[in-house]
Amino acid sequence: MTSNSARPADFADALRLQGVARHYGRGGALLKALDGVDLAVPRGQLLGLIGHNGAGKSTLFKLVLGLIAPSQGRLWVDGCEVGGRHFREARRRLGYLPENLVLYDNLDGLETLRFFARLKGAPLAQCATLLEEVGLSHAGRRPVREYSKGMRQRLGFAQALLGEPQLLLLDEPTTGLDPSAIRDFYAQLDRLRQRGVTLVISSHILAELEQRVDALAMLSHGRLCAQGSVAELRERSTRPLHVRLQADAAVLDALPPQLAALPGVVWRRDGAQRAGIDCPRALKMPLLQALAAQPLVDLGVQEPTLEDLYFELREAVVPPMQEAA
Amino acid sequence: MKDGLQPRQIAAVAAKEFSDRLRNRWVLAVALVFTVFSLAITYFGSAAQGQIGPRSIEATIASLVSLVIYLIPLIALLLGFDAIVGERERGSLDLLLALPITRLELLLGKYLGLAAALALSTLAGFALVAALLWHRFGMGGLYHYGGFVVSSVLLGLAFLSLALLLSVLARDRTRASGLAIALWFALVLVFDLLLLGLLVASGGELGGLLGGDGFAYLLLLNPADVFRILNVFSLDDMARLYGLASVVPPALGNPWLMGGAMLAWIAAPLALAGWRFKP
Repeated sequence: MTSNSARPADFADALRLQGVARHYGRGGALLKALDGVDLAVPRGQLLGLIGHNGAGKSTLFKLVLGLIAPSQGRLWVDGCEVGGRHFREARRRLGYLPENLVLYDNLDGLETLRFFARLKGAPLAQCATLLEEVGLSHAGRRPVREYSKGMRQRLGFAQALLGEPQLLLLDEPTTGLDPSAIRDFYAQLDRLRQRGVTLVISSHILAELEQRVDALAMLSHGRLCAQGSVAELRERSTRPLHVRLQADAAVLDALPPQLAALPGVVWRRDGAQRAGIDCPRALKMPLLQALAAQPLVDLGVQEPTLEDLYFELREAVVPPMQEAA
Repeated sequence: MKDGLQPRQIAAVAAKEFSDRLRNRWVLAVALVFTVFSLAITYFGSAAQGQIGPRSIEATIASLVSLVIYLIPLIALLLGFDAIVGERERGSLDLLLALPITRLELLLGKYLGLAAALALSTLAGFALVAALLWHRFGMGGLYHYGGFVVSSVLLGLAFLSLALLLSVLARDRTRASGLAIALWFALVLVFDLLLLGLLVASGGELGGLLGGDGFAYLLLLNPADVFRILNVFSLDDMARLYGLASVVPPALGNPWLMGGAMLAWIAAPLALAGWRFKP
């Protein structure tokens, strides 16, 4: 790493944070909105940034955009140091959709995009194309004050796509979108990823991200409490898998003694023909092999959800007592 | 971002501000207000002397100065107080500043766009009286009237600059609007009264303390007074129409000095706003 803000030649990460902290106030009232965050997002990755309200997600975005300066640490976008001499150029390749999007009510959709395109140095011809891409070409000449929340959000997304950005920062992007719009939105993200665009999405709708992200960064109380792919985070989890069984009562009655050989497996009967098993991750395959020999009617395996993982990993950083205080 | 100012970014913001004011008919409304008031004053200003219509260029300008000194600062402050704090409070400022534009470029763009709207409405608003005076007194009188109109525009620009400073400093829109009204009250209504009161209360000693005419230089601390002096001294026989003229030393009659003072009143608050415009 060079000490100046010039772009190092072999910079493979689209976004990089090194020991970044942002504090508000001073002395006893010091609020650590972000504390000691190290993060690297490789080019073309879709990173999900998750955390509770006030965990530091929006602060992290503002730091990356250069809207606020870090109290400690350094950040690079596309190899350019945030706030450094070349950062204006880097900003042209950066798209941002804020959490609370506010547009100009008196402008129409097309005028809005043109205004932002001028400031971003993007070709004006792109505006009409982008309106079409987000499904707003029919409303391009209507004033934004007549737009629904979902339409505004789409227009905001089109704004973020001006200038064909290489890094997109989307803060709670699906707020206010209906299910079909959410599907369209993620389909568009897939197309962007195919073009090699790096995406950072914050959300607290964890189920939405679970199937879609390459990696997750979990923030809790300003600290990065976990980072990795969903599979990697599952590996780290100590939460048991949950197995649901359906079989004749006689088959279920005979099962517990056979499972006694598997330590840590917890058996629970949920009715005459139903049962549940909590099983440590390490014993998943031995358990399934034991069950395979049984004449079962149905079997389902439930991995810990992203939400389970989030609560588990977050508790590892901040004890629940402290949070309540 | 430590690179230089980019005029293209300033122009993009200025163009939006200007076209917003055209589109919501702000320019038209203010131009109409100026037109109606200036025509009324020109026509009926001498009614007390039993005459309808412009008596002389000097008298007309003297009456218009009294109008402009109240109206333009108020209009400029109301135009500008919301410029930055409004974007901040509504939440659109972050989105703007995430683009490749610096805070100073945004501030200058806002200022220039609003300044263009204010200047256009002022020029348009006083155009009809200009035509009237030209018809009545010919080209000679228009020279002085032109000076009055230009100084009116400068007065507006100075108060607009102050408004943007308030807009940068204020925490929210309510405070900004309160400060704008308070500033108008202080500079337009209270300042002269206070100055005069101090002079009288000190039995003229305060004037002596500041070295003869020194007291009069305190008038430079108020752009509204700079405007008044500019117009009072632009006409040889107008000085006597104003009681104020008798306390103003001749040095202050130099239009270049006063023009410079006005430009300083435009530049200084804007520079301060640029310096104080922080995240």
